[in-house]
Amino acid sequence: MNEQLTGAQSLIRSLEHAGVDTVFGIPGGAILPAYDPLLDSQQIRHILVRHEQGAGHAAQGYAQATGRVGVCLATSGPGATNLVTPIADAYMDSVPIVAVTGQVSSAAIGTDAFQEADIRGITMPITKHSFLVTDPADIARTVAGAFYIASTGRPGPVLVDIAKDALQAMTTFDYPTQLSLPGYRPVTRPHSKQIRAAARLIAAAERPVLYVGGGVIKANASTELARLTDLTGIPVVTTLMARGALPDSHPQHLGMPGMHGSVAAVAALQRADLLIALGARFDDRVTGRLDTFAPGASVIHADIDPAEISKNRHADVPIVGDCREIITELIAAVETDQAAGQSGEHTAWSQWSRGLAERYPVGYDAPDDGSLAPQYVIERIAAAAGPEATYVAGVGQHQMWASQFVGYERPRAWLNSGGLGTMGYAVPAAMGAKVGTPDRVVWAIDGDGCFQMTNQELATCALENIPIKVAVINNSALGMVRQWQTLFYEGRYSHTDLHTSSASRRIPDFAKLAEAYGCVGLRCDKPDDVDAIIAEAMDVDDRPVVVDFGVHRDAMVWPMVAAGMSNDAIMIARDLAPAWDREEEQ
Amino acid sequence: MSRHTLSVLVENTPGALARISGLFARRGFNIDSLAVGPTEHPDISRMTIVVNVEEQPLEQVTKQLNKLVNVIKIVQLEPGAGVERELILVKVRADAATRGQVLETVQLFRAKVVDVDPDAVTIEATGNPDKLAAMLRVLEPFGIRELVQSGMVAIGRGGRSITDRTLRTVTQTG
Repeated sequence: MNEQLTGAQSLIRSLEHAGVDTVFGIPGGAILPAYDPLLDSQQIRHILVRHEQGAGHAAQGYAQATGRVGVCLATSGPGATNLVTPIADAYMDSVPIVAVTGQVSSAAIGTDAFQEADIRGITMPITKHSFLVTDPADIARTVAGAFYIASTGRPGPVLVDIAKDALQAMTTFDYPTQLSLPGYRPVTRPHSKQIRAAARLIAAAERPVLYVGGGVIKANASTELARLTDLTGIPVVTTLMARGALPDSHPQHLGMPGMHGSVAAVAALQRADLLIALGARFDDRVTGRLDTFAPGASVIHADIDPAEISKNRHADVPIVGDCREIITELIAAVETDQAAGQSGEHTAWSQWSRGLAERYPVGYDAPDDGSLAPQYVIERIAAAAGPEATYVAGVGQHQMWASQFVGYERPRAWLNSGGLGTMGYAVPAAMGAKVGTPDRVVWAIDGDGCFQMTNQELATCALENIPIKVAVINNSALGMVRQWQTLFYEGRYSHTDLHTSSASRRIPDFAKLAEAYGCVGLRCDKPDDVDAIIAEAMDVDDRPVVVDFGVHRDAMVWPMVAAGMSNDAIMIARDLAPAWDREEEQ
Repeated sequence: MSRHTLSVLVENTPGALARISGLFARRGFNIDSLAVGPTEHPDISRMTIVVNVEEQPLEQVTKQLNKLVNVIKIVQLEPGAGVERELILVKVRADAATRGQVLETVQLFRAKVVDVDPDAVTIEATGNPDKLAAMLRVLEPFGIRELVQSGMVAIGRGGRSITDRTLRTVTQTG
C-alpha cells in the first residue's frame, strides 16, 4: 500500500498504525499541517488542552493508567518548550510517551526563525531518544521507531520533531514492519547463572527484604511478585513508584521505604542481610545517606536498565532483564531449591518486621482545635472510592499522605511524579488517566500550591466530558516547604503562605474557580462534613468536581528521615524516634 | 584516576556527537581527548574517547553510553593491546642559525617538515602521546609559535575487527 500522501497525512496514518486512540495537544503554526488530516481520523480522539504542559502530563497519566504509550502534540518554539517539564518527568519516572512537535521549515532551521527552538537539542538529556525529521519519507519509519523505543526496554519519552515543509510535502506512505535500530537492543531475558546465584543468596539469607520499585508495575509483574512473596515469606517494601505492586493488605507488606516511609519498611531495609531489589534504583529519597544505607546487606539487583545496576549501591548479584521474566525465573529457581530442602529460614525476622509494622503504623493526631486533618480527608476519600479507583497526586505533603493513607491493592491505581517531583502533575495526569480508563473513578489528590500550577485543564475536562474528581488539600501554604521551614529554619516562613484558606484572603476561591470552569465546586472545612461531601462528589459523573478541603496548616508528614541523614535517624514525630532498644533485645 | 581508551561505534547520524559529549558533561565525566571519523562502513562512525576516571565510574559511563540509541558498540582498549596515535602540526621558530638543529630533531622523531619559511618550519608528526610529548619538549627551546593537535585514534592489535557484525536489523515486536 504505497500511497501518495502528504507528510502530515503520513504522520496521522502512522499514529493510527501505532495503535494511538488519543492525542493531547494544541495546534500552532508549524504543526498546523498535521491538524488538518487529524480532523478526519476516525481512530484518534484529539483532546485540546489549555497548556502544552497539560498535554504532556495527560499523556503520562494515560500511559501510567493503561500501560500504553501516551501521545502529545505541540507546535514549534514555545509549544515545544512547554513540553519540557512533562518530558523530563516522564524520563525520570520511565513513562512511555511520544511527543510530536512541529518545527519551522527545514530551510529556516538555524536562522532564529519565528517560533524556532531546537527542541531536539533541548530535550537530548531528558529523552530516551529524540528525532528531527526533515524528509517526509522518514516520517512513518521515525514514528514507528519512536513508539518502539518508548515502550520497550526501560520505557521513556521519545520526541519526534518534524519540520513544517516535511509535513506539507508529498511522499509515499509505507509503514515499516521491520525497524533498523542497530544501537538499541534491550535485554529482557535474565541470565540463568545470575538467577541461580540470586536463589542461592535467598536461600541463605536470614534477614531478606524484597525492595520493589516501579519497574515491577511497568513490567506488569504484580501477579508474579505476589507468588514470589507467598513462596518465600520474605517481607516486602514498595517504593513511591511501586505503590500497589503488591496489595497493601498483604501481611508481608511493610509499606513504603524512604524519607517518609513507614518505620517497619525503613528499619527492615536498614537491618536486612539481603536486599532483593526488583525494578528499583536506590534513589536518594529511599536510601537516605547512601553510605549508611542497609549496611549489612548483600544486594541482588534486578533491573531492565544495566546502567541502574551498581550505579548507587554495589550489586553482589546483578540481573539485567524484564522484571516479569526475572521474577518468573526466580520463582522456579526458589521452588527447585525448596524441593531440595534449601529454604531460607527467616521466621523470626518476618515476625520482628511484622511487629514493627503493627507497633508503628503510619498515623496522625487529629488537630486539637477541631479543624480538619488532611490525612483524615485522604483516608475518607480512599474509603469512599475504594481500591478500584485511581489516585493521582501532585507533589508535596498531600502526595506523601496520599501514598500513606490510601490502601493500594492493585498496580496502576497510584500515579504521581516521583523522580522529578513536578508540582502541577495531578490535574492533567488525572485527566489522562480518566481518558485511558474511563470506567474508573479518578481522584486527583492535589495541594493548593500544585493545583494553581495546572488547573486550567479543568476547562479541558469540563468541555471534553472527562469527569475527574479533584480534592484540593488546602492548607493555604506550600506545605512541604513550610514543614521544612518549621523543622530546619526555626519557623521562619519565607514565602510559603498562599492565602487560599477561609481564614486568610481565599485567593482564589477554589470552589468558585471550579464553577467558573464548568465543574462542580464544593467546600469542606469540618471533619463532620467530610463523608457527606465526598459522597456528593462521588455522585457527580457528568462533570468534573473540585472539593476544596480546608485543612489544618501545621499538619506534618511523618515519619521522616531528614535530608542527608542516615535512615537510622528516622523520626516518627517531631523529636520522637521509634523505641529501638525494645526491639533490639528480641 | 587512570586513563582509559574507549572505541565507540556510532550511527552516522546528525546529533550523535552532541549526545555523547552532552552525556559526558551531564554525568560529570571529563574527556581527555576525542576523535571522530568515518569507518569502512558508510553508516557507522567511530569515536576514540580517552577518559580519566576510576574503574567504577568508567563502568557507569560505558553503561550510560550504551543506552544512547545511536551508540552501536563500545570497546575498551586494554592498555598496551592497541596502537594509539595522535597527529600534531607544530610551527617552530627556526632561522638560519637554528634550522639545522630543528631539522635534526625532526629526523630523530621521524617527523616531517611540511612547510618552510625564513623564520619558521612547520612540522607534522604522528605517534603515541608519549613520543609527541617528548618531541615537543625538545622543540620547546627553539620557540613553539603555534600548535594544533588531533584527538587520539586507536585500534586493537591482531586480526580481530570490532566493526564486524555491528549492523543488525531489529525486528519490531510492538
